[in-house]
Amino acid sequence: MKHYEVEILDAKTKDKLCFLDKVEPNATIGEIKSMFHKSHPQWYPARQSIRLDPKGKSLKDEDVLQQLPVGTTATFYFRDLGAQISWVTVFLTEYTGPLVIYLLFYFRVPFIYTPKYDFTTSKHWVVHLACMCHSFHYVKRLLETLFVHRFSHGTMPLRNIFKNCTYYWGFAAWMAYYINHPLYTPPIYGEQQIRLALIVFLFCQIGNFSIHIALRNLRPPGRFVTLWLFFLPQLGSWLGFTLMTQCLPVAFFTLVGFIQMTVWAKGKHRSYLKEFRDYPPLRSPILPFVL
Amino acid sequence: MSAAAPGTSKAAHGEAGPKKKKGPGALATAYLVIYNVVMTAGWLVIAVGLVRAYLARGSYHGLYYSIEKPLKFVLWAAENSFFPYLTVFSVLSPNSGIVPSSVVLTGFQVMSRVFLTWAVTHSVREVQSEDSVLLFVTAWTITEIIRYSFYTFSLLNHLPYLIKWARYTFFIVLYPMGVTGELLTIYAALPYVQKTGLYSVTLPNKYNFSFDYYTFLILVMVSYIPLFPQLYFHMIRQRKKVLGHTEDYSKIE
Repeated sequence: MKHYEVEILDAKTKDKLCFLDKVEPNATIGEIKSMFHKSHPQWYPARQSIRLDPKGKSLKDEDVLQQLPVGTTATFYFRDLGAQISWVTVFLTEYTGPLVIYLLFYFRVPFIYTPKYDFTTSKHWVVHLACMCHSFHYVKRLLETLFVHRFSHGTMPLRNIFKNCTYYWGFAAWMAYYINHPLYTPPIYGEQQIRLALIVFLFCQIGNFSIHIALRNLRPPGRFVTLWLFFLPQLGSWLGFTLMTQCLPVAFFTLVGFIQMTVWAKGKHRSYLKEFRDYPPLRSPILPFVL
Repeated sequence: MSAAAPGTSKAAHGEAGPKKKKGPGALATAYLVIYNVVMTAGWLVIAVGLVRAYLARGSYHGLYYSIEKPLKFVLWAAENSFFPYLTVFSVLSPNSGIVPSSVVLTGFQVMSRVFLTWAVTHSVREVQSEDSVLLFVTAWTITEIIRYSFYTFSLLNHLPYLIKWARYTFFIVLYPMGVTGELLTIYAALPYVQKTGLYSVTLPNKYNFSFDYYTFLILVMVSYIPLFPQLYFHMIRQRKKVLGHTEDYSKIE
């Protein structure tokens, strides 16, 4: 069996970082990353970006060496993606925060409201309902993260956790402050409004959950449709919650979330289209690859 | 904030509003030239207004009233040409290579000036006679006259070195001067905002929302601490790049 030689250069400085000889032709990029990690222990595989071109796209861990457009001496370029943190860790942290924070406001822990209200409970039953809904939503998200989601990339840059947590925790605190405030005003249309809101909320929660379960086992063909299948129930749940609490900060959170989801969906859509465009040339037998 | 810096690299060629790698077409150039000439003229009117009012009154007390309308006009023009401008060049010509940092900085500057003018000075009558208002208006006026004439000349490919030098040098004094004026004005407005509850919403209300403008203004003042040094040192770096190159060229000759 013919073995490959692999050299890894720094994408910016073009310095030779690593040379591997006697690499199996069916070795994957993932395995090469592990080998690279041995000679450079500070760059664990998750933070390695290995590409064929210094400015090119990262190769996938599953890509096999002999199927890549390289000669028997393969040259790869390396970029450090920076400290990485697993998606699961980020999701768990960003969802646990709102759960706990909301409860702190619900129980009127000291130093939030005027001392005479410490540890009292609201006299409005909608406030109790809102707490149950909000907590249910985040418990569900935590359980989905642990048992349902399959993440395509294992990690993300470390700074994302600070950004994401500020967003989720910040908004949770802002909302919870007003809903659990001693001077909270319940919805104008009273019971009718609250009942309608609860129906919308529950319907969307169940819908969202069933979509997650269904897509766990499928690789969806219609990507853009899938993205909207996730967004609409999320949006619906928060619209329901806004209606239930009649609280402007909740409306803001819903709006910001909607804008983010739209931007994210457009980005994903564009990257899928781009991937489709880039894909054929790599497979083209006409282009000579001389290394 | 008195002086932001659109454009980063290739500054030796001069700038034309947001930076473009490929030159703008004839129609776009015409639009940009007209826009920049109008803006230069607008700020000149303010400068003339300030000088005339000073000469007429003999003191610089309360000069805000004499330039209130032209100031609001130039900010309106900046606001309303900036955003369509941005759309035109980023959406219709996505390959024009607009440098994102310059666009963000300029937009931020426009918004902060609109805030100072409308949400602070215009809204709180009592601060309109403060000297701090004159301080930031003067700083803005000198900066903008230089900046818009810089853009105009650059577009016409006939940029006098003096204008380029002024643009990248005057800010050293004008920027801190403007920031001082702005901060003092906001600070002067605080007691009136607190007393009258201006732009503030209290509980209870049916939207279950509250907003304390007084606290908000204090937060705005605090935000100057991280933002001002960043913008200032960005301009200093720009200065080294732009004026540094010209020194090199003269050495070669």
